[in-house]
Amino acid sequence: MKTTYTISIFTEDRIGLLNRITIIFTRRHINIESITASVSEVKSIYRYTIVVNVTKDLVEKLVGQIDKQIEVLKAFYHQSPEIVSREIALYKVSGDALKENELFTRTIKENHATILSVSSEYIVVEKTGEEPEISRLFNELEKFGMLEFARSGKVAITKPMKTLNTYLKEIENNSTKTIKHFNYN
Amino acid sequence: MKKHTKDNQEVSGAEALILSLLDENVSTVFGYPGGAIMPVYDALYDYTGQLNHYLVRHEQGATHAAQGYSRVSGKPGVVFATSGPGATNLITGIADAQIDSTPIVCITGQVASHLLGTDAFQETDVVGISMPVTKWNIQVTKAEDIAPAIAKAFYIATSGRPGPVLVDITKDAQFGKTIYNYKKCESIRSYFPSAKVKEGDIKKAAAIINAATRPFILCGHGVLLSGAEKELLAVAEKGKIPVASTLLGLSAFPPDHFLYAGYLGMHGNYGPNLLTNSCDVLIAIGMRFDDRVTGNLEKYAKQAKVIHFEIDPSEVNKIVPTDVAIIGDAKESMQAILPLIEHKYHSAWIEKFKYCDAIEHDKVIKHAIQPNTKNILMSEVIHKLNKLTEGKAVVVTDVGQHQMVTSRYYKCKLPNHFVTSGGLGTMGFGLPAAIGAKVAMPTKQVIAVLGDGGFQMTIQELGTIMQSNIAVKILILNNNFLGMVRQWQQLFFDRRYSFTEMKNPDFITIAKGYGIQGKKVTERNALQNGLSEMLNSKESFLLEVVVENEENVFPMVTTGSSVSEIILE
Repeated sequence: MKTTYTISIFTEDRIGLLNRITIIFTRRHINIESITASVSEVKSIYRYTIVVNVTKDLVEKLVGQIDKQIEVLKAFYHQSPEIVSREIALYKVSGDALKENELFTRTIKENHATILSVSSEYIVVEKTGEEPEISRLFNELEKFGMLEFARSGKVAITKPMKTLNTYLKEIENNSTKTIKHFNYN
Repeated sequence: MKKHTKDNQEVSGAEALILSLLDENVSTVFGYPGGAIMPVYDALYDYTGQLNHYLVRHEQGATHAAQGYSRVSGKPGVVFATSGPGATNLITGIADAQIDSTPIVCITGQVASHLLGTDAFQETDVVGISMPVTKWNIQVTKAEDIAPAIAKAFYIATSGRPGPVLVDITKDAQFGKTIYNYKKCESIRSYFPSAKVKEGDIKKAAAIINAATRPFILCGHGVLLSGAEKELLAVAEKGKIPVASTLLGLSAFPPDHFLYAGYLGMHGNYGPNLLTNSCDVLIAIGMRFDDRVTGNLEKYAKQAKVIHFEIDPSEVNKIVPTDVAIIGDAKESMQAILPLIEHKYHSAWIEKFKYCDAIEHDKVIKHAIQPNTKNILMSEVIHKLNKLTEGKAVVVTDVGQHQMVTSRYYKCKLPNHFVTSGGLGTMGFGLPAAIGAKVAMPTKQVIAVLGDGGFQMTIQELGTIMQSNIAVKILILNNNFLGMVRQWQQLFFDRRYSFTEMKNPDFITIAKGYGIQGKKVTERNALQNGLSEMLNSKESFLLEVVVENEENVFPMVTTGSSVSEIILE
């Protein structure tokens, strides 16, 4: 059964690495629903958050193949109960919305959104939340005349307390100290 | 012993590259010069005594030669090519090395860094193009970054599960100056090439193996890569476990051993395929359950517990769900499990394999090696070659029917003496790979067994043989067809032989043009002498054997069938 998985990938800062990662999805014909990249809590280590809708079996295989990339430190996958995640959305609504000021203000308030910019031609609204809330606000604002809409990818923090450094220590302790090179002659 | 005295001196980036290779103990490079790699070739000119460069005739040939070199020697193969078309010509060989876990280090020239992204002459984004088929790649734009990139490249290519790497060096980096100082790479913080074998997993696996009544080992390329042949033999002998081999695992287990069950897969032996679906414990070692091995997965070893010994964690559960996975090097794993394996007999189970062998001999092998056909069969040629060389030559194949026939009838007795393109199935692999193998093992008899189709895909490498006097033997099994495709057309496409018939040139005249002796055999009674003449030749020799046009390779596990539905005729 397909479910939404959030894949968190910790990597070195390397040109082209994102390409190496996305190839793993494209060769299996998997659509990435959203992707974000940013710095992580560890200096010089980057964090990608990728959302896909796949089976558990498949997400395990994807994460395995991502983990295998030389400059990937560690990749994890989580389902929504194990993470706290947010997206940000910006809505540019027609200035005509001000003609129905009361309804418009109530919509903004009920949806815990904020107004970022107002002019006679347009109003820019910001909403931070999970995907369904962002879609709901879109539907509600549409009747005022939607001029533009943009949504960020998901950013996520995992609930389990194990830190990246702990994982890395574990892997390191599990690795053979003497690296055996392929050489039998 | 150090091959140079340039430490801490100012050198060009190009020279730093050559020095780095010397510091990695590289003695051989296969390559082809061009505009963007000219500074490297210029630097090479001063080191021709320490670094043997073989000039190929096409860059694809350089990659396959590097693969052949690596597969028999265990050392990484090294390739030089220029930017643009030189670099793109490497891709097939790199892809082949990636899927067959072969360590090669490819060095490409690139346009000067200020021209990157401008569609400059012979500019191509080779880092982008090679990304899906390299274990790692990098573009270097500064002279001082060359030595560290090479150190990393060798470390990554040769450690853990080996694979191809590519280092793309801009022309200004080659010209630039740097103080040379080589530090071998010994670790990368984000890369863990091999895990320690976990004692708990070994115990679990041993308990399952000891409780088994019909255990069965599948031996793959990983056994050869880790040099675990003796350890595997000891485990198999102690537990009396039959051992079958994948295509790339061939030569890891002695073919005349009473526990050797044969060759697995689509055109493999009858017993190991059939009995995969009868074993109670399937022990996979350094193999990845390729679809040519498993046939229909829905009906693959469903009755068995599966134990997977594997260095690459992403291979575990990729194709076949495992009961116990032991992540780590095959040799260490075998060493760890050997003391826990109990002495067993499994006589009745081993007998089943012998019984299958007898059936296969009666229905297939007998007719294949001593045919009463008018024309010569590929199988009898290989059978004779095996006898004449006592299974001790280095045999390199191309791809197709002759490859399957060679895998079946050449009984390779020495580890790493069998070289073939497995995962990618690259026609044109054979001749250049044999050149590389012969360069690595100059005192060995090295035979390229090729079909008439594959030979012509890299036929230009005869020029490399001529120029560098490489005494590789070339055996062409000529059926004037793209035989494997024709076999499929016959069996599954109603004999519609769409573009598989070949009108071939006179191969002997072509060989002669390259200064290579040749002989053509068309009659059975001339075969033995022809083979002997080829084998006894001190120089390169091309023997063309004209074989039956429409010989089919059997047994066969047809697409969609289960391994136990293997057909014998």
